[in-house]
Amino acid sequence: MAETKPKPKIKKEVVEMPKQAPKERVKNFNEVALGYTEAQALEEANRCLQCVKPQCVGGCPVEVPIPEFIKCLREQKYGEAIAKIKEKNALPAVCGRVCPQEEQCQEKCLVGKIGEPVSVGRLERFLADWEREHGFQMPEKPKPTGKKVAVVGAGPAGLTAAADLVKMGHEVTMFEALHLAGGVLVYGIPEFRLPKKIVQNEVNYIQKLGVDLRVGNLVGRIHTIPELMENGYDAVFIGSGAGLPQFMNIPGENLGGIYSANEFLIRVNLMKAFKFPDFDTPLRIGKHVVVIGGGNVAMDCARSSMRLGADVCLLYRRSREELPARHEEIENAEEEGLVCKFLAAPLRFNGDEKGWVKSMECQAMELGPPDASGRCRPLPVKGSEFTMETDTVIIAIGQTPNPIIQRTTEGLVVNPRHGTIIVDENGKTSLEGVYAGGDVATGAATVISAMGMGKKAAKAIHEYLMSKK
Amino acid sequence: MYKIVTKKELAPKEKLFTVEAPDIAAKAQPGQFVIVVIGEQGERVPLTICGYDRAKGTVSFAFHEVGKTTKELGNLCEGDCLENVTGPLGNPSEIKSYGKVLCVGGSIMIAPLVLQAKAMKEAGNSVTTVLGARIKDVLFMEDEAKAVSDKLYVATDDGSEGYKGLDLLRELLKTEKFDRCVALGPVVMMKKVSEITKPYGIPTIVTLTPLMVDGMGMCGVCRVTVDGKMQFACVDGPEFDGHLVDFDELVTRQRMFLPEERLSSVLYEIGGCKCGRNKA
Repeated sequence: MAETKPKPKIKKEVVEMPKQAPKERVKNFNEVALGYTEAQALEEANRCLQCVKPQCVGGCPVEVPIPEFIKCLREQKYGEAIAKIKEKNALPAVCGRVCPQEEQCQEKCLVGKIGEPVSVGRLERFLADWEREHGFQMPEKPKPTGKKVAVVGAGPAGLTAAADLVKMGHEVTMFEALHLAGGVLVYGIPEFRLPKKIVQNEVNYIQKLGVDLRVGNLVGRIHTIPELMENGYDAVFIGSGAGLPQFMNIPGENLGGIYSANEFLIRVNLMKAFKFPDFDTPLRIGKHVVVIGGGNVAMDCARSSMRLGADVCLLYRRSREELPARHEEIENAEEEGLVCKFLAAPLRFNGDEKGWVKSMECQAMELGPPDASGRCRPLPVKGSEFTMETDTVIIAIGQTPNPIIQRTTEGLVVNPRHGTIIVDENGKTSLEGVYAGGDVATGAATVISAMGMGKKAAKAIHEYLMSKK
Repeated sequence: MYKIVTKKELAPKEKLFTVEAPDIAAKAQPGQFVIVVIGEQGERVPLTICGYDRAKGTVSFAFHEVGKTTKELGNLCEGDCLENVTGPLGNPSEIKSYGKVLCVGGSIMIAPLVLQAKAMKEAGNSVTTVLGARIKDVLFMEDEAKAVSDKLYVATDDGSEGYKGLDLLRELLKTEKFDRCVALGPVVMMKKVSEITKPYGIPTIVTLTPLMVDGMGMCGVCRVTVDGKMQFACVDGPEFDGHLVDFDELVTRQRMFLPEERLSSVLYEIGGCKCGRNKA
C-alpha cells in the first residue's frame, strides 16, 4: 500500500504583532506597532505554503520575490532574505510599516483562503529592522553608463526611481524642495506609524548607493525641467507628489484654528511642533478637534491630535463602509478614543471675537446612487442642520499636485482638471526624456503605488538611455 | 550650509544678511523670497529677497528682530552658517515700463522696496519713492533709495523725520499722476496706501507676508482672500492687487500664533530653552 504523504498542518491564525496598549500609546508619539521578535517571525514564516505558482508576488506593485525571501527567513539566513527584498524594493522598512498589504500581496495569499493570510508586511519589517541593527550590506557597484539622470522629489516615487537608476549604473542627482528628504514619509506620515529615524536610514542607504541628494532645491524655481535637460542630464524623473491641499470653499474657512491636513501634519511631523518650544515651530490645538475626511491622512491627523491631548471627532460625509482609510488605521484610532460622526458635512464655520473658530454648522447626509468613483454619492438631508462646538478643525479632504513644475515646463501635457502630469503606463510624459510617477501623475494615492511607478519609470528611463547613442 | 558673508545693522534690531547661495543668486528676481532654517530644531522663516549678486553667488535679506528666530538670527555673526536657505520662492515682480511709478516702503520692507525701485528705474520708469517708519531712529537706506529714485520722500509716524504719517501721499496724488504703485511694508500701511490710491484708479501692487511653513504651496497657512477668492501667497503671490486684498483677515491670520511666538521669544531671551542651542 502506497504511503500517503502527511499534509502539512498550517496554523490558520496569524501571529499577532505586539503593540503599545491604546491607553499608553495615545500619550506618546512612539511607534504603535513594536515588530515581531525573531521567534514570532519564524513562526509566522512557517505558515507560508511556498507555492510553486505564488499569487502574492502579482499583488505587489514592486514585485518583491515574497516566497523566496520567506524561505531564506525560515532558514534564518536574514542577510540573504533582506537582500532578496532589496533586489526589488529599496524601502523595505517603510513598506513593511505603511503598505496596505491586506489589499495587495496578502489579499492573494492562498493561506488566506482557509484562514488569515501570511503577514508578509510584518515579515518584511522584521528583516528591514534586523538589517538596520546589523548594518547595511551594499550591492556591488555597477559599471557606469556615463548617463546622467535628474530625479525631482525625494519621496517614495523619487527614492525608488533613484535607487533603481543608480544600481543600473547611471549618475543620479535627486532634488528635494524641502530641507529634509523623504517627501510624504517625513512631512505626512506621523512618527508613531513611521519613525523618522527609519526614513532617514533608508535615505542614507540610497545616498550610499551613490545618489547625489540636494535638499532645499526647488525644481521649477532654481532649475526648470528644460534647463536640467540643457545642463547635461539625459533624462528627468518627476516625482513631486500631490502637495497642494484642497479646501471646501465654505464660509469661515480662513478662521484661526482651521488647518489643512498638510499644514497640521507638516507642523507636527516635519517641524516637530509636538516638541514646541524645544523645537521652534508652534501648533495650537484645542480641546475639541474635528477632522473632516475619512482617508488615511484624516486618521493620521486624528491620532496625532489625540496624542496632543485633544478629544477628536471625525466627520465623514459617507458611512463607515465607505471610509477610504485602511481598516487597521480605523481600528487603531477607535481604540485610542476616536469618535466618528458619519453622514454629515460642514456648511460654515463660526468664529469668536479674536477670529478663532468656535463652532461649525453641519448638515446630515444620506447616500444616493453611486457616483463616478463607484461610491454612493452623499446627498444633503433637508432641514437636518445642526451645530457642533469645536476649537480646532483639520480639513483632510485630499490634495492635488503642486503646480510649480507644470507652470514652468513648456510642452508638458497636464490634465486640466486635476493638474496631474499625463503619462503612459511606463511613466513617459509628453516631453522626450522626461518621465513622471507617483501622486503627481495619479493624484493622491499610496506610498507603494508611487514606488511601483517609480520602479516602472526607472526601467523605462534605462531602456530609453541605453537605446540612445 | 549657507555662510553669512556680511551682516549689516540697518537700524536697532533691523539687520541685513548677505549669504552665500549661488543657485539662488543665479535665479533670484525682485519680488521673490527665501525660506531660512537656522538649525535642526529651527522653524522655516520666509524673508523677502532684497538683493543678489549673480557673480559673487550671494543673496541678501533683511529682518526685524521680533520673535525667537529673528532674534537668534540677529545673534549670528559673519562666517556663521545657516542650515538651509531655500529659494527663490514666489513669483517675481512684474517689472515693465509703466511711466510714473510710486514706490512705498515701510519698516523692514524698505530693503526689498529699494530693490524693486531700482528695477523699476532700470526698466525706464520715473520713480517716486516714499519711505516710512515708526520713528526717525528706525529709518534706513535713504541714500540707496535716493540713488534709484527721481524723487524721494520720507515719513515717520510721529513726524520725527520728514512728513508725519501717510498724509503726504494724499497730497502727492492731488498734484501728480502715477501709472502704478508698489507698496511693501506692514499690513496696515499697505492697506492705507491701497485705500489712498484707489479713488485715483492707480494699479497698486502689495507684497503680502502672511504666516508660512513650507512656502511652496503645500500647507495653505498663507491663504489670503483676494477678490473674494482663496489664494496662496507663496505660489500665487506674494504680490497681489492691493485694491482686492482682504487686509483685515490677513491681520487676524498673522496673529494666530502670537501667544506661542511670545512664549518662544521670552524663553529665548531668558535662556530658558532647554535644548542646549542657546549660545547667548
